[in-house]
This record gives sequence, C-alpha cells and structure tokens, in this order.
Amino acid sequence: MMELPRFHRLRGAYYRLEGSACPACERRFFPPRSVCPSCKAQGLRTFAFSGRGTLYSFSRVLQPPRGFAAMAPYDVGMVRLEEGPLISAQLADTEGVDLSIGMPVEMVTRKIRDAEEHGYIVYGYKFRPLLRPGRAGGP
Amino acid sequence: MRDVSIIGVGQTAVAEHWDRSIRDLSVEAIAAARQDAGSDRVDVLFVGNMLSGELGGQENLATLVADACALLPIEAVKIEAACASGGAALRAACLAVGSGAHDCALVLGVEKMTDHLTDGVTSALALAADADYEAAHGISFAALNALLMRRYMHEHRARHEDFAPFSVNAHRNAARNPRAMYRTPITVDDFVGSPLVADPINILDSAGICDGAAALLVAPSSEARRARRPPVRVTASACATDSLGLAERRDPLVWQGVADSARMAYEQAKVKPKDIDFFEVHDAFTIVSVLTLEACGFADRGSALKLAAEGRIALEGDIPIGTMGGLKGRGHPVGASGAYQLVECVLQLRGEAGEAQVKGASIGMAQSVGGSGSVAVTHILQA
Repeated sequence: MMELPRFHRLRGAYYRLEGSACPACERRFFPPRSVCPSCKAQGLRTFAFSGRGTLYSFSRVLQPPRGFAAMAPYDVGMVRLEEGPLISAQLADTEGVDLSIGMPVEMVTRKIRDAEEHGYIVYGYKFRPLLRPGRAGGP
Repeated sequence: MRDVSIIGVGQTAVAEHWDRSIRDLSVEAIAAARQDAGSDRVDVLFVGNMLSGELGGQENLATLVADACALLPIEAVKIEAACASGGAALRAACLAVGSGAHDCALVLGVEKMTDHLTDGVTSALALAADADYEAAHGISFAALNALLMRRYMHEHRARHEDFAPFSVNAHRNAARNPRAMYRTPITVDDFVGSPLVADPINILDSAGICDGAAALLVAPSSEARRARRPPVRVTASACATDSLGLAERRDPLVWQGVADSARMAYEQAKVKPKDIDFFEVHDAFTIVSVLTLEACGFADRGSALKLAAEGRIALEGDIPIGTMGGLKGRGHPVGASGAYQLVECVLQLRGEAGEAQVKGASIGMAQSVGGSGSVAVTHILQA
C-alpha cells in the first residue's frame, strides 16, 4: 500500500516537520494546510517546526495494522509541539523509559515503513524522550 | 420538508457469518424490512457501508444490492461516512423523502468483515483516520482511541477499571437481544483482565469485528399510517464534522462534531437531553461512550464515568444507552452499525424490544460516529 509519489510528496512534512503558518492570524499548523481553519485566510506559508515538545498522551500498540507486525509492540503518542500544535507520531528509543504525560520529547528521523517490492523505504519523524532533559532547548 | 417516518425494519443476526456473503446478508435484512412494513414499494435505495471495496473487492455496492433484491432499475447509491455510514444512509433517505423527490426510500446498512484476519481489518478500519498523518505511522484506530483514553484518565484522575461499567452494561443488554453477538454477561474482573489491544484499551473496551445487515423503510408520515406496523417518526436528522486528524483539534477530549450534530438534532426535534428516554451511543470503545455522553449534554465534562458508575446508563436508569447491547455487545459491523442502532430504536419505540424493552420509551436518540469523532450523524425518533 506504499505509493511512491504519495510519500515523495510528503517529504517536507516527514523529513523536516514542515507545516504551515497563517499570514493573517499567525496560527501554526501541522500537517500543512492551504486554508486557515481559524480565520479562513488563504495562502498559508511553509513553517518548519523545531521538533521539540512535550508528551500529550501515549499508547503501546499490541495489535498492529498490516505492515507493522515486525515493529510490534511499539509506542505511539501525541506531542504538544513547542510552537503550539499537537502531532501524532510513533515514539522511538522508549526501551527502559517510563513514559509520562508532560515529559519533554524531540523529533528524530527514523524508518516508518520497510521497503516493500519497490524498494522504497519510508523515513519520517518520530519522537523520543529528550536525550539531555536538563538542557531543554536542544543541543 | 415533509415529515418522514420509518414504516418497516429488518435485521440479520450480528455474527461471524462465514457461510454468508454480503449479498446474502443484504437480501435477508431487506426482505425482513419489506415484510415488516407490509409494502413492496421501493423508489430509491441508500446503502450505508464503509469497507466493501477494501475487504470485499466490491464497490458499486448499491447496484449489487438492488440487483440481488430484484429492485432494478431503481436509483441506488452507496453512502460512506466511515463508521457513521449507516446513520448517514438514513439521513440521505430522510432528505430524499422529506424533499418530495421520492416517496418510499429503502435504507440498508451492511458490512462483511470476517473474511479477513485481524491485521487486515485493523488496517481497513484505519482508513477512517488521516492516511498520511495517522494510519501511515502505524497508529491504529484503537491506538487513536487509546491516546484519548490515556489523556482522559490523566486529566480526570480516572483508572482504567472506571470504564468497566460501560462494557458490563453492554454485555448485560446484549444478553437480552437474540440478534446480538456477545450474549455472555461479563464482570469487572473480566474487564480488567482482558488482553490489551493498544494500552490502555483492551479487548473488552472494544467493539468486535463481525458481519451483519439492517434495513429500514422510510415514507412520508402522511402515508405511513397505512403501514402494517405502527410508524415511528423521524423528528431530527443532523450531521456534523470535525477535523480528520485527532491532533488537529483544539482540545481532543472535546468532540465538537458530535456535540454540533446533537445540538442540531435537539433543535429540530425541540427536545433537550433530559427528554431523551434512551440513547443508542456509538460505543466502539468505552472512551467513545464517555466523550459522547459529555459532548451530547448527558454529563458534564469529566463526569460521564460517574454516570455509568451510578447505574444511570442501565435499562432501568434515567439515560439507558446501548439498550440492545450497543456496538460493544451487539457487535460492530462498522458501516451497518448505524442502521442497527436505528432498527433497535424503532423496536424500542414500538414496544417490541422484548427483554431489553425500556419501559415507557417514547423518544429515542441514535448517534452514529465515524473516525475519531470526525463525523457524527444524530437521529431522534418518536413513537
């Protein structure tokens, strides 16, 4: 079910966490939109998120959809990005970590789906517990 | 708009119908509804279904059903709104008959899910979510609801077992419905010990995968009196939407689309939540019942668990939900569930719900929800 043009189109969001910002009301969105749902302005511009945020909620998937069995069980979460929006994503490097709501997390680029018959590996964002939480704000 | 009524209903048992096709199930439910109405007239067919393409390799489903039921050459279309498809199909029929375009509309909700293994059905159900930003990341539909449940437990200091009364109630009611799939009562201990699907959601939080079909005949109320069975009026039909992606809500624990759909329905029927005698809730997961009861005005924010703990959702309570088992107990053949809810509403309002009868029921509400609260169709029916 992996269509090459589809995932190629998604590379800005998947690799660089690009969403949108509204020129009129300044609200920021992930995933990207072309019309602002808040003030209805058009012509939203690309906005790259920092990738830093806090964990809003999390779950461990034990009954995976087709294509994800090799990764299971895996953790997923919703993250409140520093710039405001929420994002849903897989969580990475959670082994031995007690996940908790509110913990700081950061974006990492990881494999989302293995190569299927066409040989295209989908990479994209996941979030991991902050490596050095004492130095919030990044490396 | 003309006033419309439901003049006949029919349903198959909800089960793993390994020996029966989507055709077989459709034909049975439709024949039962036509017999119930005592009328052969059908002008248009609306088929509520979510996954016939994905799970059955069959689209153009409404033509298939019209053909199988020897209804050609009537107008026939499939209505898809994820798990709200059944409710959306009745709404299409209400618009068609209410507008005067047609005089007798047939509504079918049908789903055939059990030809596939669980991972295939799990992937198919995720089609209701955002394909690029949820499903493609392996976030299953159960996982989305698990994210909501964990957050709800965090904000309202609830424990997982606090959700047990919803599942216990559903199984208790299903035991009184001969068409239901899960007719075995369960205990709180069963609930707590059930295997996890997506932590904290377990098997007994979740409505099961199954097959089924339910049908309703809709006619103008002015002509409904000639039907064989007492007609039931549709006094409200309303649909509203919310963001496709759960993360794009201002507050994911506020199901605004569900609230908007209910508010419009209350306005149309000129009723308030306290006037509703029973509520067929879209309890695909226990957390959905909680968020729905709060969004529809039956409980304040953070207090739906208390409503359940106090037994107010039971058949004898002041707001009985899932009276014939709900999605959890009857089974959740996704695109058909909305039609089952409405058939059950009609049976309750005619006083034909048997052991599951809500005494003195005269106003019933059924709400069909698709995605993570991203589309909601609410109907209010009155005897």
